Amino acid sequence: MADHLLEVRNLSVRFHTAQGIVNAVNNVSWHVDRGETLAILGESGSGKSVSSSAILNLIDMPPGEITSGEILFDGLNLLTATHEERRRINGKRIAMIFQDPLSHLNPVYTVGWQLREVMRVHAVPAAEAAARALDLMRRVGMPEPEASLDKYPHQFSGGQRQRIMIAMALAMKPDIIIADEPTTALDVTVQAEVLKLLRELQDEMGLGLVLITHDLGVVAEVADRVVVMNAGEIVEAGTPAEIYHHAKHPYTRKLIAAAPGKGEMNAPMAEGEALLRVERACKSYGPFKALNDVSFELRKGEVLAVVGESGSGKSTVAKAILRLIEADSGRALWKGRDLFTMPSRELYAMRREIQMVFQDPTQSLNPRMSIFQIISEAWVIHPEILPKARWKERVAELLTQVGLSPDHARRYPHQFSGGQRQRIAIARALALEPELIIADEAVSALDVSIQAQVIELLAKLKRELGIAFIFIAHDLPVVRDFADHVMVMEKGRVVEIGTVREIFDTPAQPYTRRLLAAGLDPDPEVQKARRRAVA
Amino acid sequence: MPRYASRIISSFASLVLLLVMVFFLSRLTGDPAALFLPDDATPQMIEQFRELHGLNDPMIVQFGRYVWDVLHLNFGDSLRQARPAIEVVTQAFVWTLWLALITMALVTAAAVVIGSLAAFRPGGIFDRIVTFTSLIGASAPDFWVAIVGITVFAIGLGWLPTSGTGTVWHWILPIAVLFIRPFGLILQVVRGSMVSAFGSAYVKTARAKGVRDRSIIFVHTLRNAMLPVITVVGDQAAALLNGAVVVETIFGFPGVGKLMIDSILNRDFNVILAAIMVTAIAIFVMNLLIDLAYALLDPRIRT
Repeated sequence: MADHLLEVRNLSVRFHTAQGIVNAVNNVSWHVDRGETLAILGESGSGKSVSSSAILNLIDMPPGEITSGEILFDGLNLLTATHEERRRINGKRIAMIFQDPLSHLNPVYTVGWQLREVMRVHAVPAAEAAARALDLMRRVGMPEPEASLDKYPHQFSGGQRQRIMIAMALAMKPDIIIADEPTTALDVTVQAEVLKLLRELQDEMGLGLVLITHDLGVVAEVADRVVVMNAGEIVEAGTPAEIYHHAKHPYTRKLIAAAPGKGEMNAPMAEGEALLRVERACKSYGPFKALNDVSFELRKGEVLAVVGESGSGKSTVAKAILRLIEADSGRALWKGRDLFTMPSRELYAMRREIQMVFQDPTQSLNPRMSIFQIISEAWVIHPEILPKARWKERVAELLTQVGLSPDHARRYPHQFSGGQRQRIAIARALALEPELIIADEAVSALDVSIQAQVIELLAKLKRELGIAFIFIAHDLPVVRDFADHVMVMEKGRVVEIGTVREIFDTPAQPYTRRLLAAGLDPDPEVQKARRRAVA
Repeated sequence: MPRYASRIISSFASLVLLLVMVFFLSRLTGDPAALFLPDDATPQMIEQFRELHGLNDPMIVQFGRYVWDVLHLNFGDSLRQARPAIEVVTQAFVWTLWLALITMALVTAAAVVIGSLAAFRPGGIFDRIVTFTSLIGASAPDFWVAIVGITVFAIGLGWLPTSGTGTVWHWILPIAVLFIRPFGLILQVVRGSMVSAFGSAYVKTARAKGVRDRSIIFVHTLRNAMLPVITVVGDQAAALLNGAVVVETIFGFPGVGKLMIDSILNRDFNVILAAIMVTAIAIFVMNLLIDLAYALLDPRIRT
């Protein structure tokens, strides 16, 4: 007999792929009851989402295959239940919230329709479904709830779309909600709001929450219990405090050690000529001011972090400096010459001095070029840097420098992991011997442990080659570890600029304080204290 | 909606360009009098013809008159049938229009239903049979299918008339032959588009919501998957509107395709001009409809 509302027992799932059989999860067991929150913590590829997919019958078979175990929900083994029985449970008694709400909402139907659908398929009369849809939109705090029902998913912001997903999950008042990385794609301030909403709803309805995440901060904020997954197995289970302070398994300890934001902060010396001085840069799109009077300075070998929520203009700064967009007014003096008015000939030569590393290395590396071609392409375009005879040698050197091996040069991007691809993107940037690297969310898509390694690499390049960085990021703990100076932006304006210590220890502006307060600390005690302080 | 306005203006511009090109092409191919009159015409007849049709006027005056006539859908008389060319063409066009509409409606309905079902379990038995047959259909030459069809169903079994018009039975063979190729093609597109739509994240959401499979196929994915399909359907329909030359000729079907071939052989120049303009306008309208269908299906295009 089942002791818990939802229990996964000894579940093993494998996938038949072109590369052979992959064991996704191995002998995994966990349970959750009404009113409690279980966090499943793991990095990408750890199998943390597989058991929830099995619960909701979302694993395609083939290629998937459940080789052992049972999933008990309210006494019923879901794995032996009929297709129809499981369909009746999905959305009604167990509901799911996904990571990326834009792609998980159907683009061609209104959100009102999609919200009503979940009630209609579970036999709620049309009139009642319509009334409840409006109530739900109000409950999740959607602005203009009535009008929003007739809009389409693309007309909302990321945070609002996640509220729609939550409303949809709540529609049938389920017993269990499974949330797979529900706040990963969101700004910190929005993340805090969404987590608060989930917690309130849980208290109100007494539902059981399974939260799948890679973020120790999220675990510290909401979880009652946590299981840690690595390579398809549960390596450790306990309360967040037990796990954080007394981790037994080496993997858990490694994960906790890799959490950013705990080291010494940099203390930059304010000396030397400015390498780049941006003065009063402005850029408008119609009435919208993407950049409003932005000024800052950057010296050789220095890291300036640009932080702010999405839409704050942090990427626009980078694009304006690289002339990927034209600023309306202002100056950007690069070694005394204005980038904004530079003729295209000089601009071409200047481009090799300023390089960019993007967020998603999968998209920014051409899949049909070998690593050698990707890196040496820089010298095809700028042949004065290196004679062709030395290309091979230099590619090997660069790959070693970024922590890869010289014989990786013959391979193609798909043969590497996310972290390795980002190293390749960095090697490509280094090929031009730049003096400034602009990194736009360059570590955001990476797992925590990989993130720490890439940051370590960037710090080494800064130290050894004296490269300056403009480091655009939304993740404050990473910024705290890596930056010398921090520029906080909001709605195209610079709110505050100062050394990393000034910003993190004594923020002067309310907006900065709000941003810092919204961040989650991986230490459950610290996080609890912080939440009390905010409330 | 400025986006639409610009689309309409640009397709209208290509229509105008076509009009200009047709005029100059008809002048570039030599003296129209030589084209229109039989080879053994006397110099007097030629001079009379030139005078009658204003061919001695300056080019710009001729062009102005041509534009004026086109705007009034006045293409002169058909030389063979001694009645206005536009009348001859519209009469044939109505036949072609019906043939194209009926064929495309059947093709689209069949391809969408069968393609969607095949895509639901890619690699399954049903999918493999469907893919194989559609491949054969897409590559079958229509003149051959038409002749085999006549041999088997009209001559051999005697179920259907060999050619001509008059009864419902006369329509079956031409439609069946025209059906095969676009069906194979559109089926492939529907299937491919549906397979990728089934992999979408919103399908996962629908399954997690407890939506029935039938509704996932025909409500959630189909509308998303139809966007590329509409483009191909439009292309194929446009091709049919141009006149299914081979099929119409083989079955003696009095459509635009057959009319054009006949007019070219008969040097019925006015009819050719009228046919070009009418089919061009039809394709222009067709493209507008495709754009509208796009906007109707996808709200992201509307805004």
